[in-house]
Amino acid sequence: MPTFAAANKGVVPCLYMLKPLLRAAFVLFGALTLGPVSAQHDGHDAPHAEEHAVEDHAASATPSDAHGSEARFDAGKLILDHIGDEHGWHLWGHTSLPLPVILYDTQRGLQVFSSSRFDHGHATYEGYALKDHAVVAVDAAGNVDEAATANIWDISITKNVMSLFVSIALLLVIFLSVAKAYGRRAGMAPKGLQSMLEPIILFVRDDVAKSAIGEKKYMKYMPYLLTAFFFIFINNLLGLVPIFPGGANLTGNIAVTVVLALFTFLIVSFSGNKHYWHHIFAMPGVPGWVLAILTPVEILGMFLKPFVLMIRLFANITAGHIIALSFFSLIFVFGETSPGAGYGVAIGSWAFTVFMAMLELLVAFIQAYVFTFLSAMYIGAAVEEPAHH
Amino acid sequence: MLLSVLLDLGTGYGIAALGAGLAALGAGVGIGRIGGDAVQAMARQPEATNDLRSNMILTAALVEGAAFFAMVVGLLVVLK
Repeated sequence: MPTFAAANKGVVPCLYMLKPLLRAAFVLFGALTLGPVSAQHDGHDAPHAEEHAVEDHAASATPSDAHGSEARFDAGKLILDHIGDEHGWHLWGHTSLPLPVILYDTQRGLQVFSSSRFDHGHATYEGYALKDHAVVAVDAAGNVDEAATANIWDISITKNVMSLFVSIALLLVIFLSVAKAYGRRAGMAPKGLQSMLEPIILFVRDDVAKSAIGEKKYMKYMPYLLTAFFFIFINNLLGLVPIFPGGANLTGNIAVTVVLALFTFLIVSFSGNKHYWHHIFAMPGVPGWVLAILTPVEILGMFLKPFVLMIRLFANITAGHIIALSFFSLIFVFGETSPGAGYGVAIGSWAFTVFMAMLELLVAFIQAYVFTFLSAMYIGAAVEEPAHH
Repeated sequence: MLLSVLLDLGTGYGIAALGAGLAALGAGVGIGRIGGDAVQAMARQPEATNDLRSNMILTAALVEGAAFFAMVVGLLVVLK
């Protein structure tokens, strides 16, 4: 093939020229990435983080703690604190961003104050205190008042809610600008952000909506599918960013996934046609006594499908966060036996974290895809017209 | 390590760990078969690679879901 060879001839010298450039870039990259790591080794970051975790632990450890001595580093508690929700956003070291606490107390009415009043759970404020990251009512002596705690409705802007606002702002900025670009550049080639998103939008349209719902009816469900896809995708990605506006475990929060699954359930139920309901309550061509077993199973399946959607997204993202934090905790677990072991493990654990982070990038996309695709399949089953024989 | 897991059996922690391990085993077998068969199918029919790949990823995610169920149950036991 002469054209191919000719094209190749042009490419090969180009690659040779690129090689030293690549090597230089690689060396630079190595120097930049290894720099912070070695700085961390002889610097203060690692011991500091450990100190912080230990201190936190000592403050809230109960005598019945299964792990014995209070000064020990407790990886389980550290991990669970990070994947959970908080009244405040930890930034670095001992600095955290206080977030508003909004309580509706059936006895005392609406209460709004900053979470910095709690001083990370060390202080009480106007009869409220933090216990295991939950706001509880306390009496004058500082003991938890169970009856008064039952009156509290906590509608605070927590870390997850804040992260939700960040992602909403991000989604609005991205999609409003892209939508505007489509209006302005109608009929022209996409440009900038538009060309980054167009393949993903087309992927959702062609591979998800069209293939699962069918040519005729997919358009009606595109807004939901695209919204669900990009909401999950952006939040998964934000969860992978370790610094401030990211890092919250939003799609790994069961309350968020339950709402997403509920939307799918409602859309499937409301768009279900006669054919769909007929198949659930009285599967055609099945004898009566089998129906007695089949109908309850079908009804159960109706609820089970969104339930599985909820658990899958929650567990996948939570597992990703747990894995990354476990690798970091390994450093301190080994560092406790001897500092040398900690430094040694740090190298391996750093490499594994980078590897897992790459895998999580893939998972972030796959989970958004799977959620959208399965939602589309359930919708497709609900709107399917009976085949004419 | 294993001994401490067995010693924990009485508290439920050990059983949760064993359950999560068993589920991981099952999911490992499942994902292994999906991957193996998909690669074989791609080798036999390279033109179907794209279709096979997306189906492979989707099925793997579904199998993974089963393992995550066990993980959630294990977490619930540990956190109870």
